[in-house]
Amino acid sequence: MKNKDQNLLRALLDGELPDESGRFGSFGGQYAPETLMPALKKLEKNIKIFLNDEVFQEEFINELNSWAGRPTALTYASQLSKRWGVEVFLKREDLTHTGAHKINNALGQAMLAKKLGVKRIVAETGAGQHGVASAAACARLGLPCTVYMGAIDIERQAPNVDRMKQLGTEVISVMSGDQTLRAAIDEAFRDWVSDPENTHYIIGSVVGPHPFPYLVREMQSIIGKEARQQMLDVGENLPDAVFACVGGGSNAIGLFHAFLGDKEVELFGIEAGGRSDDLGENAATLASGKPGILHGTYSMLLHDDNGLIQETHSVSAGLDYPGVGPEHAFLQSINRVKYTSARDDEALELLREVCEHEGILPAIESSHAFVEARKWARGNQGKRILIGLSGRGDKDMPTLSKLMNE
Amino acid sequence: MIGGKYIEKKIRAPKAGGPAIIPFITAGYPNTEDFKQTLHEIAKKADVIEIGVPFSDPMADGVTIQRSSHLAIENGVTLTWIFDQLREIKLDTPIVLMSYLNPLYVFGMKELVEASIASGVDGFIVPDLPIEESKELNEQLMDAGLALIQLVTPATPLDRIELIANQSTGFIYAVTVKGVTGGEDALSADVTDYLKQVQEISRIPVCAGFGIREKSDVEMIADYIDGVIVGSAIVETIEKGNSPTEFLDQLKN
Repeated sequence: MKNKDQNLLRALLDGELPDESGRFGSFGGQYAPETLMPALKKLEKNIKIFLNDEVFQEEFINELNSWAGRPTALTYASQLSKRWGVEVFLKREDLTHTGAHKINNALGQAMLAKKLGVKRIVAETGAGQHGVASAAACARLGLPCTVYMGAIDIERQAPNVDRMKQLGTEVISVMSGDQTLRAAIDEAFRDWVSDPENTHYIIGSVVGPHPFPYLVREMQSIIGKEARQQMLDVGENLPDAVFACVGGGSNAIGLFHAFLGDKEVELFGIEAGGRSDDLGENAATLASGKPGILHGTYSMLLHDDNGLIQETHSVSAGLDYPGVGPEHAFLQSINRVKYTSARDDEALELLREVCEHEGILPAIESSHAFVEARKWARGNQGKRILIGLSGRGDKDMPTLSKLMNE
Repeated sequence: MIGGKYIEKKIRAPKAGGPAIIPFITAGYPNTEDFKQTLHEIAKKADVIEIGVPFSDPMADGVTIQRSSHLAIENGVTLTWIFDQLREIKLDTPIVLMSYLNPLYVFGMKELVEASIASGVDGFIVPDLPIEESKELNEQLMDAGLALIQLVTPATPLDRIELIANQSTGFIYAVTVKGVTGGEDALSADVTDYLKQVQEISRIPVCAGFGIREKSDVEMIADYIDGVIVGSAIVETIEKGNSPTEFLDQLKN
């Protein structure tokens, strides 16, 4: 890393970023409709209070441990280790209540919203995991919850739709736009704009206007804190490389953060390479996007020469998003994290390998991380790696059954 | 005369008496062929014309403008196309472009000013650009005398309305509802108090928009504002194949 990049990383580690304007270097900011600005400012103020409040932090940790099933295990993947010639460790977010890392953020934000005295929660969901997590957290806290979900995602993640309804959440099918995660976020914002004082929007990833990318990262950083300590305890050493999948990027940020200061640890974010490298055939924002503004933040983005947002494709609903968290764009710009992509078929192949040899069904999203990990292992025999297993694949059974029967 | 000053002047002296009428249309909707003709028609009645630059993710817009934006994009409408069309006509009515930030950002700030001057665009409304982020664009536009029309809403605290009013040029866009454009609900009774407050703070004209659909809406707020922006209702009129000028006439008579 160059000196300039090292200084920026230092600023991030010292808590100076995001800065007062909500930026990580040039990325981030607050590109929100005026109606939301007072609510965003109020949220900013309260985050400062509650994230530093020991009582709130203790309540949050208690709930994470006693209700959401933390700390999650670190699993030594003995079969993959043999097959790949490296020591493979898995951080098991799939073991959390509701089955993915999303619960950390949903629970934390719902608890925060309750403290702020809001009357209802809105959330968006792609794969349905954030929707289910929000629905469960809201049921636990007695808050009414509405979840927006793209019509296409409702079809490919059907089990999660019924789970949300069972938890008492209203699920609204979004027929506008691309009918996936991006349109669901548009619609959740529209809902929030109509009653910003009494509604809290639990955004599901490290995207959106400041302070959301920061707030969600803080809620997810428990993943990396646990994993780093577990590597030292169980593995007796830090990993040589860490891999996590990136859609909006919340599980990756959560896992990476504790390792950012460990210079010797290489970090890899893996996006959805979809069917091909052609525009519209993937969701590899950091690999092939350009800077732009969507959903309240300035970050890397898949858009055309007229500034229109590109349709994306991924077999995994959770990665099917044309933007990415501004902190990832920043980490790429200072060369601290390397971002690559994995194709649909590669991810599905690794999903099967993990199933067959480790007895774990990973989400299709998480399977993308394994693709790059296996590639890296070929040139780095004998080393040790940590893979973020962000969620379980039960929700993907309709997609997987269809493929099995083809 | 161009830009902010021109817009102010036209709003202060409306064609058919007060309040000024500012219709909004989505560029190239329902089709690209009629765009210039529609502008000529509307210009007969409008004091300022607001043209919507279609965007793929219109976060602040309701169903009508989502629909018109989507179809305009399918019709091939882009910011470049809009500038090209406007260069070919001459209207005696100021034009403001309503655009989300990303198409403007991609076009380039310097290029945006040049194209605006060349095609008779007087100002911009950017619904996802709050004052915290608008410095760069505002400076570029101000240097050329072009307007950046800022929005205030019923959720905006008074001290913030003052900040926004100080930075706005052309007019202040007072959003009358919390929510997206084109709402069906009637304006709330306390909207007049809010508009009165904005008017007291502002040194430039105040125009109200979002959810203004008919004559009774205009009557309700006419005493407190300098102009009204009518968007979804006129887009729906054009959609049905009805005359936009007749629609604009009956708003005041």
